Amino acid sequence: MSGVVGQVLLVAVLAVPAAGAVVVAALRHDRAARLVGTVAAGLTLLAALPLVTGGDAGGAGTDPSPALRPWHQVDLPWVPGLDLRFHLGVDGISWPLVVLTALLTLLCCGFTLWKVPSGGSGRALVALLLVVEVGILGTFLALDLVLFFVFFEVVLLPMYAIIVGWGGPDRHRAARKFALYTLFGSVLLLVGVLVVVTAAGTADIVALTGGTGLSRGPQLAAFTLLALAFAVKSPLWPLHSWLPDAHTQAPTVGSVILAGVLLKMGTYGLIRVAVGVAPEGAEWAAPVLGVLAVAAILVGSLVCLAQTELKRLIAYSSVGHMGFVLLGVATLTGTGLRAALIGNIAHGIITGLLFFLAGAIKDRTHTGDLANLSGLRETAPRLAGLLGFAAVASLGLPGLAGFWGEAFAVVAAVQVGGPLWLTLAVLAALGGALTAAYLLRLLRQVTHGRASSAVARLGPGVARAELLTWAPLVLLTLAVGLAPILVLGVAQAPVDALLPGRP
Amino acid sequence: MSTPVLLGTLLPAVPLVAGLLGLLLPPASPEAGTARRRARRAAITLGTTGAALSLLLAVALLATLDAPTEATRTWVDFGGLTVTLGVRLDSTVALVAVAVAAVALAVQVYSIGYLRNGPHDEVDVDHRYPPYAAQISLFTAAMLLVVVAGDLILLLIGWEVMGLCSYLLIAHERRLPAAPGAAMKAFLVTRVGDVGFLLGIALLGVSAGSFRIADVLSHDHATGLLTAACLLLLAGVAGKSAQFPLHTWLPDAMAGPTPISALIHAATMVAAGVYVVARLFPLFGQVPVALAVLGVLASITLLLGAFAAIAQDDLKRVLAWSTVSQLGYLTGALAVGAPAAALFHLLTHAAFKALLFLAAGAVIHAAGTALMSQLGGLRRTMPVTFWSMLIGLGALAGLPPLSGFFSKDSVLYAAEEAARHGGPAPAWVGWSVWLAGLVGVALTAGYATRLLLRTFLGAPRSPLRQPHDPPAVLRWPVLLLTVPAALLGLAGFSGTFARWLEPYGSATRQRPSDLLPADPLVHVGPTVLLPLALLALGAGLAWARWRRDPGGDPAVLLGPLRPLSARAFWLDDLQHTLVVRPIVRLAAGARTADEVVVDGAVTGSGRVAWWLGGGLAAWHRATLPRAAAGVLAGALLIGLAAVLIGGDA
Repeated sequence: MSGVVGQVLLVAVLAVPAAGAVVVAALRHDRAARLVGTVAAGLTLLAALPLVTGGDAGGAGTDPSPALRPWHQVDLPWVPGLDLRFHLGVDGISWPLVVLTALLTLLCCGFTLWKVPSGGSGRALVALLLVVEVGILGTFLALDLVLFFVFFEVVLLPMYAIIVGWGGPDRHRAARKFALYTLFGSVLLLVGVLVVVTAAGTADIVALTGGTGLSRGPQLAAFTLLALAFAVKSPLWPLHSWLPDAHTQAPTVGSVILAGVLLKMGTYGLIRVAVGVAPEGAEWAAPVLGVLAVAAILVGSLVCLAQTELKRLIAYSSVGHMGFVLLGVATLTGTGLRAALIGNIAHGIITGLLFFLAGAIKDRTHTGDLANLSGLRETAPRLAGLLGFAAVASLGLPGLAGFWGEAFAVVAAVQVGGPLWLTLAVLAALGGALTAAYLLRLLRQVTHGRASSAVARLGPGVARAELLTWAPLVLLTLAVGLAPILVLGVAQAPVDALLPGRP
Repeated sequence: MSTPVLLGTLLPAVPLVAGLLGLLLPPASPEAGTARRRARRAAITLGTTGAALSLLLAVALLATLDAPTEATRTWVDFGGLTVTLGVRLDSTVALVAVAVAAVALAVQVYSIGYLRNGPHDEVDVDHRYPPYAAQISLFTAAMLLVVVAGDLILLLIGWEVMGLCSYLLIAHERRLPAAPGAAMKAFLVTRVGDVGFLLGIALLGVSAGSFRIADVLSHDHATGLLTAACLLLLAGVAGKSAQFPLHTWLPDAMAGPTPISALIHAATMVAAGVYVVARLFPLFGQVPVALAVLGVLASITLLLGAFAAIAQDDLKRVLAWSTVSQLGYLTGALAVGAPAAALFHLLTHAAFKALLFLAAGAVIHAAGTALMSQLGGLRRTMPVTFWSMLIGLGALAGLPPLSGFFSKDSVLYAAEEAARHGGPAPAWVGWSVWLAGLVGVALTAGYATRLLLRTFLGAPRSPLRQPHDPPAVLRWPVLLLTVPAALLGLAGFSGTFARWLEPYGSATRQRPSDLLPADPLVHVGPTVLLPLALLALGAGLAWARWRRDPGGDPAVLLGPLRPLSARAFWLDDLQHTLVVRPIVRLAAGARTADEVVVDGAVTGSGRVAWWLGGGLAAWHRATLPRAAAGVLAGALLIGLAAVLIGGDA
């Protein structure tokens, strides 16, 4: 593929959903608008997929100089007076996330064709979903720090609107908390970006990656600020408390996007921006990051063990799972970063599926209280089977997607060695056992036993639209589990370039 | 790709495909009728075909394999750590695969008759056959993957999928309230062991730079690391192979349908742990500490299981505890450096334990209860089951010339050798395993005799029912399993068989050349008399007690120790008090702390900001005179400042 086609696709990935959002908002007819939105999301996915071909995708790290080599990039002047550039690019670290985002948005838009959550018009919901998509994709593609920050912020308000407009009974408080808390993170991000830009004199991520532009002092300051900002988004314990409320109150499609890809902006930023721009700072802060990540794993799974609400439990499980991802990043090894990347993708797929299923159960039974849910397999065996599959994938069963990230985060910690990291590895592995404990408790409560009164009136059927939405996630869980190379194949060269001289 | 490699690759793949296809069938049908019958028939076809093909493949592998072979391709590279996709085949692999596939086939066929609505059933029960059969296929595939895997990560996949399948199948019986809890316990207890297993694999893989078993075995690991890794692996082994203190799940796993018990206890799951240690024995053989720990665990497990089996009233529970005890023999053999003896006993145990469970299933099927206090006198009405059970129990107790006699003898011989002459483990480990094994022989004979007497002899205790031998689909698997249960022990006389179980040569015993034929596994000498005498003692005591009171329970011989045996030393309650309850408390505490402290700080700061803002706003909402006065004061201040600063300039 020639460079121009790549550039066109790169711009199309952002332009198509943006244009789609405008058209959807302008259309009067609700169903037609939702259809247009779904088509736009589908086109976005089609534009994102071929980005992997051509460019520099296959090129292994023979050329040592740049630590970040995008396959395709677009670099245009944006605000010449401030030396801001509209610089987009894609490589093996961002591409899987781009595809995941496009896929989940497509599934969510398609799902709203079938069912619009109560609260507002489906048209507006689809338009907001597309705007969120633009923001998330832009974050993954931006190669200019200021542009990165702008896209990072674009996501916030439409997501707030989705929660407020279509959320559960306590949506206002949850949405306010989400917006204010992550805004607080954004302030830190802005300060961090400004520190980097003023110290290095450029906002170009390609030039900055590898830490060449910054001396040690600014690196430490920048890493602290950036890591804190991304820790709010990821979220890293103890900065996570916006998450359970937001995820629980958001409508199903909102929860799927939130857990599936929105959190990944934090971990992606940590890898791409914080570690990339300030590697010395990363090395300095790695032990703290590792300890907090393991604390997140343990606290997250313990809290899940005591949860009594279905969606809230799944929401909290994200804290533990993202803990594994952050542990992988904190090791700063090739193994750990690979584990983090595949853990990111796996969590997006599996938790997306879990939220879809939780939404289906709550829609049917009108309760999420675990005490009122029991015996799902008696009346709805298919739904129970799918929930079982998703839960088992989430607990990291080898052979399914979730395994690689969690197991190899532990392996990476063992690889670093030394008393601290070995302890962290042991604790993280124990957290894996706790993860199994709370997911099995969930299954025992929801699927086994006698059917509760709320469950007893369920029909056994699963709608075709639901199957169509869930099937890609089920298949991807299996595919990534059996062929992790799907995610890691493209990430080999960029990860090795990011960590020169490390295993 | 050579023929053995192709066969080895297909071994787990065939039942996997059968299982995945089976999962696509409709899991349940609300109405009894053609739809359900058709799904059931498809499930039966898939399940039995998958198992039968695996058995054929395993036999073909055994026939075609001349020397150990290996095939590997890179699966994924984790930053210098290679995970490979490959098989590592030798004659042990083929033998164990034959055992696994044979038991799986027997279970698949047996289940057809066991999970069926009889003509006399009052209520229509949907047995949900399609997922059940598919899960058995997956279970078989996972175990076969463990057997052939040439990479530790690949092995781990089979290892954990097996845990999942056991969970699903134990929970299958929907009318049994205890089933979901038992299933969860089985998965969680083994998963706790797997924490160690994963860490052990991580240590070995990081040290060798690869997870390929051949690389891991040939790499020269640092001593400390190897010790740690082997001890960690043992945690996983203890979980899967039900070694003290992680044995608690196995007796509860009885909640699963009886054929599933046969599958778990005979060929899969519990065998996996022993098999993995045998597979990695070149590593374990270098670490006396790990072998010593294994030996201690084995001795405890052996005695604990045998003792707990004596006072159980549930037929299946007796058999379950007997599995725990027999697993003690297996790991004991490993601990004294005799993996071949362990594998020999593993194979015979697979045969006779599958036989025992399936025969017990026939009893339960016919009598409608598994409680021995309600059975008795079944010999006349169920002769086929009686004779099969007799062979199975004889093999279990080690009655010559049944299979268990020879394999148990080879274990005891190895332990005695290790006790007298030392081995890879310290001599006291040999003594411990040997003595425990001898005491175990007497106990085993005791509970086996009790089971036979209480179930089949004497007067029927619930004479209302009319039990009868099972239909052909249940009878034939039982009858066919009696053949290896009775005769497999004789294979131990063959040097070829011994070499099959030690394909890479003994890592421990001194032998001048691998070209010489291996020692046979069976050693008939005067030492055989001791276990035989103990067997007679145990069986005789139980029999004598029963003679005195045919209606009573020979377990009264235990006297005040009886509740100790019936409750298995209260280890379940201990585990609940020491592990489960603290973790539940901790979880509740973590939730409260997270909501009150961590989130409280956030909402608290939000509230403080709100309150501050409100205060400032109230302060700003001034009446006109005060506002005017404020403006005037401000203007004055600014003016004053301007004058002062301007005056300076």
